[in-house]
Amino acid sequence: MADTHPLVTVETIVLVGLGGFAGSNLRYFVGLFVPGLQGTLLVNVLGSFALGVLVYEGLQVGALASETKLAASTGFISSFTTYSTFAVETVLTPEWAVANIVGSYALGFAGVLVGREAVRLFAGGER
Amino acid sequence: MVAIEPAHLVGTGGAIGALCRHYLAGAVQRETLPLGTLTVNVIGSFVLGLLTFASVTGDAALLVGVGACGSFTTFSSFSVGTVRLWEDGYVALAVLNAVGNLVGALAAIGLAWGIVQIV
Repeated sequence: MADTHPLVTVETIVLVGLGGFAGSNLRYFVGLFVPGLQGTLLVNVLGSFALGVLVYEGLQVGALASETKLAASTGFISSFTTYSTFAVETVLTPEWAVANIVGSYALGFAGVLVGREAVRLFAGGER
Repeated sequence: MVAIEPAHLVGTGGAIGALCRHYLAGAVQRETLPLGTLTVNVIGSFVLGLLTFASVTGDAALLVGVGACGSFTTFSSFSVGTVRLWEDGYVALAVLNAVGNLVGALAAIGLAWGIVQIV
């Protein structure tokens, strides 16, 4: 019932919107220092690690409130990382296309797994 | 005209992109396959492709390209979703998801290129 309350809807909009505002700005900021493919790779790998930590924390520990997760993962981290820029840059730099795809995928998945292991280590998860 | 701070343009676009992703992906998402993430990634890549091939620059590129398209699409949900499929035993679906996002996004960018050539 609580999910249908108008204030919950407002809260969701505020949390996701603020997270998106901050996450996209941090991505833009990183891009100013590390432009092009490398900057996109950097945000995508860092974001994959961070979301990995949050998701596995939720699965194994569950200490974070749903509002925190909404702002941090759906708002901030998902806006910090980007697939569209990755895809467009891949098309625009054909000489690096294969390396960019393989590198982004491999390091992105690796980032998730490192996040998962970090949760297991620090949260003392059994699995 | 007063110049608008890039951070405000990127942030406003980013907030709109994140909200659109949240509601659209939530409506499309399915239990086994992360269709919501696939949907936003393909649509966002199409729009960013349109902007790029139409040579949109300046404030509009910051607001819609860097902000909205950048936030609307997501790599982190894609990579976590793919790893979760894999470790849950859905190896074929994980590979399909990884390839599907790439092929879908690249096809959408190709379509955007074609449309810009015609218009």
